Amino acid sequence: MGDNILKLPLAAAGAMTERPISVAIVAMGGQGGGVLSGWIVQLAENAGWVAQSTSVPGVAQRTGATIYYVEMMPPAGGRAPILAQMPTPGDVDIVLASEFMEAGRSILRGIVTPERTTLIASDHRSLAISEKSAPGEGIADSGAVIDAIGVAARQRIVFDMDELATRNGSVISSAMFGALAGSGALPFERGAYHAVIRQDGKGVAASLKTFDAAFERAANPVLPAVEAAAPAMPGAGGGPSSAADPRAARLLSLLRTSLPEGAWPMAWAGLRKVVDYQDERYGDEYLEILTRLHEVDRQAGGRTRGYDFTLAAAKYVANAMTYDDVIRVADLKTRPGRRSRIEREVGVGPQQVLTTTEFMHPRMEEIAGLLPMGFARWLKRRNALYAWLDRRVNKGRRVRTYSPVWFLALHTLGGMRWLRRRSLRHAEEMAHRDTWLDCACDLVRKDYALGVEVLKCRRLIKGYSDTHARGLSKFDTVVAEIRRLAHRDDAADWARRLRETAIKDGEGGDLDGLIRTIRSFC
Amino acid sequence: MAERSFAKEVEHLRLGDGDVFRGEAILAITKGLLQAGVSYVGGYQGSPISHLMDVLADAKDILDELGVNFQSSANEATAAAMLSASVMYPLRGAVAWKSTVGTNVASDALANLASGGVTGGALIIIGEDYGEGSSIMQERTHAFAMKSQMWLLDPRPDHACIVNLIARGFELSEASNTPVMLEVRVRTCHMHGSFVCKDNVRPPFTIDDALNTPKRDLSRIVLPPAAYEHEREKIARRLPAAVDFIRAHRLNELFGPATGKVGIVLQGGMYNNVIRALQYLGLSDAYGDTQVPLYVMNVTYPVIDSEIADFSMGKDAILMVEEGQPEYLEQALNTVLRRRDISTRVRGKDVLPMAGDYTIQALARGIQAFLDDCSPALLGNRPPVPDAAPVLAHPRVERLKSVVPPRPPGLCTGCPERPIFAAMKLVQQELGEHHVSADIGCHLFSILPPFNIGTTTMGFGLGAASAAAFSKGSGKRSIAVMGDGGFWHNGLTSGIGNAVFNKHDGVFVIVDNFYSSATGGQDILSSRAWNKNRQTNNPISTAVRGVGATWVREIDRTYDVGRMRSVLKEALTTKEEGPKIVIASSECMLNRQRREKPLTAKSIKDGKRVVKERFGVDEDICTGDHACIRLSGCPSLSVKHLDDPLRDDPVAAIDNSCVGCGNCGEVSEAAALCPSFYRAEVIHNPTWWDRAQARFAMALIGFLQQRRARHRIAFEVA
Repeated sequence: MGDNILKLPLAAAGAMTERPISVAIVAMGGQGGGVLSGWIVQLAENAGWVAQSTSVPGVAQRTGATIYYVEMMPPAGGRAPILAQMPTPGDVDIVLASEFMEAGRSILRGIVTPERTTLIASDHRSLAISEKSAPGEGIADSGAVIDAIGVAARQRIVFDMDELATRNGSVISSAMFGALAGSGALPFERGAYHAVIRQDGKGVAASLKTFDAAFERAANPVLPAVEAAAPAMPGAGGGPSSAADPRAARLLSLLRTSLPEGAWPMAWAGLRKVVDYQDERYGDEYLEILTRLHEVDRQAGGRTRGYDFTLAAAKYVANAMTYDDVIRVADLKTRPGRRSRIEREVGVGPQQVLTTTEFMHPRMEEIAGLLPMGFARWLKRRNALYAWLDRRVNKGRRVRTYSPVWFLALHTLGGMRWLRRRSLRHAEEMAHRDTWLDCACDLVRKDYALGVEVLKCRRLIKGYSDTHARGLSKFDTVVAEIRRLAHRDDAADWARRLRETAIKDGEGGDLDGLIRTIRSFC
Repeated sequence: MAERSFAKEVEHLRLGDGDVFRGEAILAITKGLLQAGVSYVGGYQGSPISHLMDVLADAKDILDELGVNFQSSANEATAAAMLSASVMYPLRGAVAWKSTVGTNVASDALANLASGGVTGGALIIIGEDYGEGSSIMQERTHAFAMKSQMWLLDPRPDHACIVNLIARGFELSEASNTPVMLEVRVRTCHMHGSFVCKDNVRPPFTIDDALNTPKRDLSRIVLPPAAYEHEREKIARRLPAAVDFIRAHRLNELFGPATGKVGIVLQGGMYNNVIRALQYLGLSDAYGDTQVPLYVMNVTYPVIDSEIADFSMGKDAILMVEEGQPEYLEQALNTVLRRRDISTRVRGKDVLPMAGDYTIQALARGIQAFLDDCSPALLGNRPPVPDAAPVLAHPRVERLKSVVPPRPPGLCTGCPERPIFAAMKLVQQELGEHHVSADIGCHLFSILPPFNIGTTTMGFGLGAASAAAFSKGSGKRSIAVMGDGGFWHNGLTSGIGNAVFNKHDGVFVIVDNFYSSATGGQDILSSRAWNKNRQTNNPISTAVRGVGATWVREIDRTYDVGRMRSVLKEALTTKEEGPKIVIASSECMLNRQRREKPLTAKSIKDGKRVVKERFGVDEDICTGDHACIRLSGCPSLSVKHLDDPLRDDPVAAIDNSCVGCGNCGEVSEAAALCPSFYRAEVIHNPTWWDRAQARFAMALIGFLQQRRARHRIAFEVA
């Protein structure tokens, strides 16, 4: 029956009546969203408006994502408006997001729309558990949120409100309140906001300071700087051209004569790391290997590919040569720069005294690794003795780093590099390195991209003790599999997928599953 | 000591006649109870009614002045049983809990109460935890009201309306000798609004009056033959009395034009959102001036047949707006109209969703579909309803879907429960996976990343009981987890006592954080704080030994991951028979910080020697494998990118919110993870001895460092 009536040129029965101003605050539990919504309500009530806020804290109170919702409207003829209890997609005037991925989530909820919504968001990140616990790189791409804001919001005010608040000695809710005022999205004067903060009575001075700073920032937006595409290389352009220390200067000139210019910055970083790790001779060894690999690269036609192989080698050979051992850890823990870094991070004043305690758990494995190769192998064959020693060594130790005795012990240990070259661990690591590089050189001649991928597999090896052993076994599995499918045209692509799956293996990645898949067709 | 102090809110309870109350609805309800002359209040905390309990707990002075007895009950059954005080005496009593879970626990007592009936007004405040953000199974309290014949109030989300219905609810209860439930949804409980107060009322008949002149009436006790008579009485006398009262006092409301082709019948709680939906359709203004007749059921049970008939008369169709399933009210409406042979069509779940939240979007769609069908002229030219679909379909927004990570709730920074589950994960790495029965409480977050521990959760305090089927297996032992809150709620008897009796061979972990933490940190029997109104400091270990447990291990510092792990391992492998009980105790960090932070700040200000601790990560030692995070999930332990071209992966980093609990250090030590964690101890106001020691040590250290630095190759660019 509807049809003929629908076609009648009827006027709307009622106008799209005036609606209240709606404000949604998207936050994580414990970020002060409740305080902010309380302030906004107070602001409206002070102006004689009717305001209502609702929230669903529930279990989200502990770090989960949550949403607060405020509506406000002046009463008319003594009648209070009926205010809704939840935001409706497409009908929210202001969205305040206290974290950048939460801003993204608010867009996905449909409460940020181009016709209506002012989005006020802090672009700092508080990482979600899945981003943190992912082995390797798991951090979500903030660029996707920036892109979406561009199409979803009518007006946007985006800056790091958390940093601004910390800098001014307050919390993010004050900064967001300031940004809200500065946006001009609500019809209230700046003084009215100040009054609300004063009324609250807690940390007023710091809150006002933060509020004003955020207000100015929101009212006079600065154009965002173009983000650097890649992490900065040491030195500008092709790296430094000279060094003060003659030994460093010699290595640097050797580097510049034996490697292509594109690889200089990475090789310089690698060189610093290996020399810092061991000694000058180790730097020569590093450069010799690179030079050899670069020759292979050149023969394999690397020039047309920007010497990717050499570049990857500069990075991963340095990492392979600076494996973590007891000497390394002790050395890093006793350096002067370390203490000043901690003082800076923790915020130690001149009137305070800093001490640190390390949580170390050495095992006989690590001790044996330090010993000269022959002796270590002999010891490892004496099962009973080895187990007895392990029981003596293998326990958690609290090390008071900056107490004279412990420091002396660590310092001595950190100075035992002379022991390293003859040690069992070194022999094992270097053998492993050489096999890996042989494999890469072998493959790069047949399939350039595949050779590069094999170098990149070094990324799989990280961590200490069990984690390190797992990384090593993942590496071996992946490299073996790469060798098996090396004949295929798309081998490099599979190699990349194998490596990326292996990094996440057991935590969202299924390496065995991928290998089964690969074997089903090749 | 609850999570929040309600000293400020308590003052709201003193407001007098004509004063305007502004604040959360749950506090308005508390004030409403005092205005209605309540004699005693009880209940069990839980979102969304925790604040009601917390405010009353902090309001002892006011309650004493008014002669009101407030009890925080052991569980909801205890609270419901407390209402028996209103059976014989003209005492007004109110209890509160989270529903439907609380109502489930209370149902035995409620059914008995409803059968015998009450003399004094008995009101049950129900925090209906339904819809988005709910932490429990999605069910309706409505069914309980129907099956036990209790009346169910569902007021409009408006402070004045709610407070008025509290007073009316007591009167209704007394007029019909029936307990009354008042249902408030989550968003309504946390809603900020205002109402004009009345003076608090001292109950005319007091608890002492009842104690001094006890009464007894066999016909009120649920025993045959009285029980049969109760059922007849419910139908013949109490229901008609209730209907009369509800009609006479117009508890249900009519809005909009007196007549129309169509009308909408709605639960009171749906009112605000229905008005907004109508506004989108051009059928109401923001002040509730609707062009569609509305019948608002502030009482959803019983349905007042005559009011439904009157409202339907002359209309082609009515729409029943009823959130949740099944559609009890829609069925009731149909019965009313069929019995009276009224031909008005009843629409409802055919145009509205059968299940889930009635969001404004869902309501607008449903009402539009209803009107399109039954009265399209009302919709006119169909004003544009807000729609986010176009922006959501934009490819840049589409792409966000795979980017924005889920954000599950987790344990707080420094939570003492984190090391328990870290230890459990380490034990399982060694002994293999075990069946783990989980329970309700903060510890339930262990089922989420990064711990992923726990198989089932059957109800508060039932963690131990839900492992009962595994009592005699010869395979790996089952593990049951339960919090101290759950333990005192019922876990001692339903779980531990039962396990002892049945010679259960499993492991029972009792997580004791000194409070009922998940609900806001209320004191319980085993709390260690001194509480002037309650008797605390009753150890869980004494209780479990009291019911016959013999293998009991107490860990009084859960952060000792190594010890935690070895105790769990012993529990899983010991030859001893019977339940293996592990009591892991450390104070809830939220409560502890709230207590200690101001004291520490004051000590530092006063010039006293204070050592502040926090943890850090040596970024050049961390390799970025994040194994530590997979055993922690602490909010202050995160990752960051280094400005180092040789590094692919972000490394671990600890921010300033660290409270120095020690978990990360202990875990990396116990699991032999990596040596990058350190604890920084900062001595504020050091003594001369501290300074002298530091000076001496740093002189030596500086000498050693300089000597070594001279040999290092300097890579500074010339």
